[in-house]
Amino acid sequence: MTSLQDVNPRVKGIRVSSQSGLQSLAENITRDISLGAQQSFKEVIDISSGDPQGAGMKPISFVRQVLAVCLCPELLKEERLPLDVRLRALRLLEACDGESVGSYTASSGLPHIRQTIAEFIMKRDEAVPAYAKNIFISSGAQRALMVIVKLLSGGEGQLQTGVLIPQPCPHTLLPLLDEAGVMAVPYRLIEENDWAVDLSELDRALTTSRGRCEPRAIYISNPGNPTGHLQNWESIKKVIKFAAAERLLLLVDEVYQDSVYAPNREFISYKKVLFEMDKHLRDTVELVSFHSLSCACVAECGLRAGYMEVVNMDSGVMHFVDTMLCTDINAPVTGQLVLELMLSPPNPSDPSYNTFAHETLLTGATLAQNSQRALKLLNDLPGMSCRPAMGGIYLYPHLDLPSEIREQAEVGKGAMLGLEADVLYCQMLLEEEGLIIGAGQDDGTSGCYHLRLCILIPPDTLEEVLSRLSSFHLRLIDRERNRSVEEDKDENQHAVTSGRNRPKLHLTGQKSKFKF
Amino acid sequence: MDGDKLMVDVKQRAQRLLRACAEGSVGSYSDTAGIPEIIQKVSEYIVRRDGGVPCHPENIYITSGSQWALTNILKVLVNSEASPRTGVLTPVPCHSTTLSSLTMLGAVMVPYYLREKQGWTLEVEELQQAFDSAKGVYNPVALYVINPGNPAGYVQSRESIQEVIRFAVEKKLFILADEVYQDCVYGKNTEFVSYKKVLAEMGPPLSDTVELASFHTASKGLMGECGLRGGYVELVNLDPTVMEHINSLFSTNSSASVLGQIVLEVMTNPPKPGDPSYPLYLKETQHIRTSVADNVKRVEEVMNSLPAFSCQPLGGGAFAFPRLFLPPKAIEKAKEAGMQPDTFYCLRLLEEAGVLFSPGTEYGQKEGTYHIRFCITTPSDVMEEILRRLSSFHEQFLKEFS
Repeated sequence: MTSLQDVNPRVKGIRVSSQSGLQSLAENITRDISLGAQQSFKEVIDISSGDPQGAGMKPISFVRQVLAVCLCPELLKEERLPLDVRLRALRLLEACDGESVGSYTASSGLPHIRQTIAEFIMKRDEAVPAYAKNIFISSGAQRALMVIVKLLSGGEGQLQTGVLIPQPCPHTLLPLLDEAGVMAVPYRLIEENDWAVDLSELDRALTTSRGRCEPRAIYISNPGNPTGHLQNWESIKKVIKFAAAERLLLLVDEVYQDSVYAPNREFISYKKVLFEMDKHLRDTVELVSFHSLSCACVAECGLRAGYMEVVNMDSGVMHFVDTMLCTDINAPVTGQLVLELMLSPPNPSDPSYNTFAHETLLTGATLAQNSQRALKLLNDLPGMSCRPAMGGIYLYPHLDLPSEIREQAEVGKGAMLGLEADVLYCQMLLEEEGLIIGAGQDDGTSGCYHLRLCILIPPDTLEEVLSRLSSFHLRLIDRERNRSVEEDKDENQHAVTSGRNRPKLHLTGQKSKFKF
Repeated sequence: MDGDKLMVDVKQRAQRLLRACAEGSVGSYSDTAGIPEIIQKVSEYIVRRDGGVPCHPENIYITSGSQWALTNILKVLVNSEASPRTGVLTPVPCHSTTLSSLTMLGAVMVPYYLREKQGWTLEVEELQQAFDSAKGVYNPVALYVINPGNPAGYVQSRESIQEVIRFAVEKKLFILADEVYQDCVYGKNTEFVSYKKVLAEMGPPLSDTVELASFHTASKGLMGECGLRGGYVELVNLDPTVMEHINSLFSTNSSASVLGQIVLEVMTNPPKPGDPSYPLYLKETQHIRTSVADNVKRVEEVMNSLPAFSCQPLGGGAFAFPRLFLPPKAIEKAKEAGMQPDTFYCLRLLEEAGVLFSPGTEYGQKEGTYHIRFCITTPSDVMEEILRRLSSFHEQFLKEFS
C-alpha cells in the first residue's frame, strides 16, 4: 500500500504555492454564490496569473479562423472565410502527416514550424543566423525549461546542481526547480532601480552558493516576470559576460518579448547582444531562449505550445533534449500551428491584415493603458507603491502591510492556518471583495511584501479590480488609523475585538508612505 | 455558429463546452486536473463502461497525452536516489516510450515475458520469475501492464486480470494499467474488461485497498486524435495524503491542452441515437471498425501464409507483431553490419520496398527471436499495398539469404 512514506521524497518536496489555496477558496466561494449565498460581489475575479483570455480578452480572429479550418478542413471551401486564412490553413495542413492535425509529429515539433520559428528569429535579430535544428517545440515553455533543468540536475549535498534565479521570479519557477531536484540560488533585483539586474548581487549570490551547491546555470526573464523590467543592451551584455566568466548556462525566459510598451523602448534579445560581442564569446557562450504562445499577444494559454532556441549547445547534449521531449510524444499540433501564425502573421497586402493589425494594436494599447491606470491608482493608495513596468503583463507593487494583518499572521487566524502575512492579505481580499491577486515571493523576514496583478485584462475588468482592491485596502488603512488613534487614547487598556485579545501595541517608528 | 452548415447538436455541444472554459475561450488556462465538466463526462463514461462501478471525479487527471500522466505517477513511485534502486515490472515486449520514461526517472525495468506461443498471454509464473530475479538487487514497487497490448495484439481475459491483481496484492505492487487501446478490440469472442471492473468484482477487502492507476487517451481507438494530445489517468484506492502530493505534482505544470480535453469529452460522450450527428458518426465509426476488422483478417491470412513468418491471432490494439524466422545468413550479414538482425530486415524493407516497420528489438523479445511491428489501423487499400510490398520483398529477401 502506498503510504506517504513511499512517495518519492522529491515529489514531497515540491512546495505548494499560495495560489492553490486561494484558488480552492475561490471555488468554494463561487459555488456558494451559485447556491444563493449573499456576497457583496457577483463573481470572483482572478488576476493572480497571466491568463488574458481567461480574464475576458478576445482571441485574435486570424488565429481562430485558421485553426478552425485546420480542425475542420471542409471549411477550406467556405467562401465567407478570407482567402489568406484558407491558404494558410492549407499550407499548415500540408505540413502535417496525413494532412491532419490529429497525427503525431516529431517530438521536437513539425519541421515546417521549426523553420518558421528560425526565420522569425532571424528577422527579429536582424540577420543573426538561426537554424531549425536548434529549435525545440514543447507543450508550453515550462516544459522546455524543465527539460534543460533536468539535463543539468544531479548531485547531492554540496554537489547538488544550483541555478541562480532572480528574486522576484515567475511564481511557477520554484516548484519546477523543486521537482527537478535543483537548488534555487536567488539574486535580488533592485527595486529602487525599477527592478534592474545588479552585477554585485549576481556575484554575491554566486559566492554564497559555492560550498552549498554546484551552480551551473543562471535564469533570467526579460522582460521581467513579474517585475516588468526591460533590460537594455548594457545590462544584457553584463549578464552575458558574467555567465561566460563563471561558466554558467544562460536560461533566458523571453516569453514577454512582444509585450513591451514603455515609450521609446524596444525588446533586444540576448542572442542578438551575444552575436555583437567578441568572437570568442559569440562562439562559446551557451544560451537557451524560451518563448511561448501563452504569453504573447495571441495569449492562447489553453493551446499549450512554446519553444526554446539553443545557442552553442553541444550536439550530443541536443540529442538528449530531443530524447527527453520524446516522453511527451509531441506538443499539441494545434498549439504548434498557432506558433506558426503568431510568428508569421498576415502581411500588409493580405486580406486579413487590417483586422489582425487592429486587434493586435488594440491589445498592445490596452496593456499600456491598463499599466498606466493601475500604476497611478496603486501609487495613490496609502501603504502601496509600484515601480513602473516597461513590458510584460504584470504589475508588482510593494505593500506596507497594515499591522493588523501582520499580527494575525503571527498570532491570529493566519498563524493557525500557517499563512504568511501577504497571503493572508490576499485571502482577506478574496473573502471580502471576491478578487484574487498573487502574493509576492517575499520570505517575510525583511518585513517587505509585494503583490502580483495581471493587467492584460479588459479595461472595464481592470476598473472593477482597482475598485475592489482600493475599497478593501482603504478599509484596512482606516482600521489601522482608528487603531492607532485608540491606542493613543487608552494606552493602559486592552482592546478586545471580536472575541480576540489584542496584545498591547506600541507605535513603532517605522517608515510608511502614508499620503494624505 | 450562425450558419446552417453544422448540425444542431454539434453547435449545442460546442456551446456547452465553451461555457465550461474560462470566459468561453479554449485559449484560457484550465484547472490543474482539467475542466470540471469534462472530468465529469469522463467519469460518467468510466461508470458506464464498467457496468456501474462508481468513479469519483477527484480521482481523474487529464493531461496532454496519457504518457504525461504515466510519467507523473511514476515520479511519485520512483525515488531515483533510493538504494536499492526502484524497479517496475514491465512486459516483454513493451512499447518504448514507457521504457524511456522509466529510464529518465532513474527506475529499473524488471522484465516479465509474455508467452508468445499461447497468444502473448500474461502468466503469473513469469511475473514470479521476474520478481524473484529482482530480489535483493532492486526494490520493485509497481507492475505495469498494457491491455490490450502494444506491440503484441493480445487482450487479457478476466481470469488473467484476476491473477495479476492477486499477484500485485501479494507482492505489494502498485498496478499501472495502460488501457489506451480499450476501444480497439476486434478478436472473435474477445472483450475488453477493465482492471478496475475486475477489481470491483473481486469484492472487499481487495476492491477497497488495491492501488491502481488506469490510463486512457483520445489518441487511439476510433478517434485517433494523436496530435491533439488528450489523455487521462484514473487513480483508484490511493491514500488521501498521497493524492495531495500527486495534486501538487500535477500543478507544477499547466493543464492539458483545452482542445485535447474537448476531444476527450467527445470521445467519452459521443453522439447518441436520436442526435442529428448520430447517423454520420455511426457511418464513420462503423467504417473504421469494418476496415480494421478486414485488415486484421488480411494480415493474419498473409502473415501466416508467408514462409518464415508466424503471427499470433490479433485480439486488439493497433499493431501486428509477427515473429520472423530469419535465415542464418541474414543474421550473419546483420552482425557484420553491426545491426540487430530484425533492424537489418526493416532497413532493407525500407530501402527496397519503401515500407517502414519497426524491429522487435525496439520492444524487447526473447533472446534469439525476431519480430517486426506494423500498424494495422490504416485504410484498407493502404493495408493491401503494404502487404503486397512486404510479400514481394520477403520472397526476394529469403532467396537472397537462402
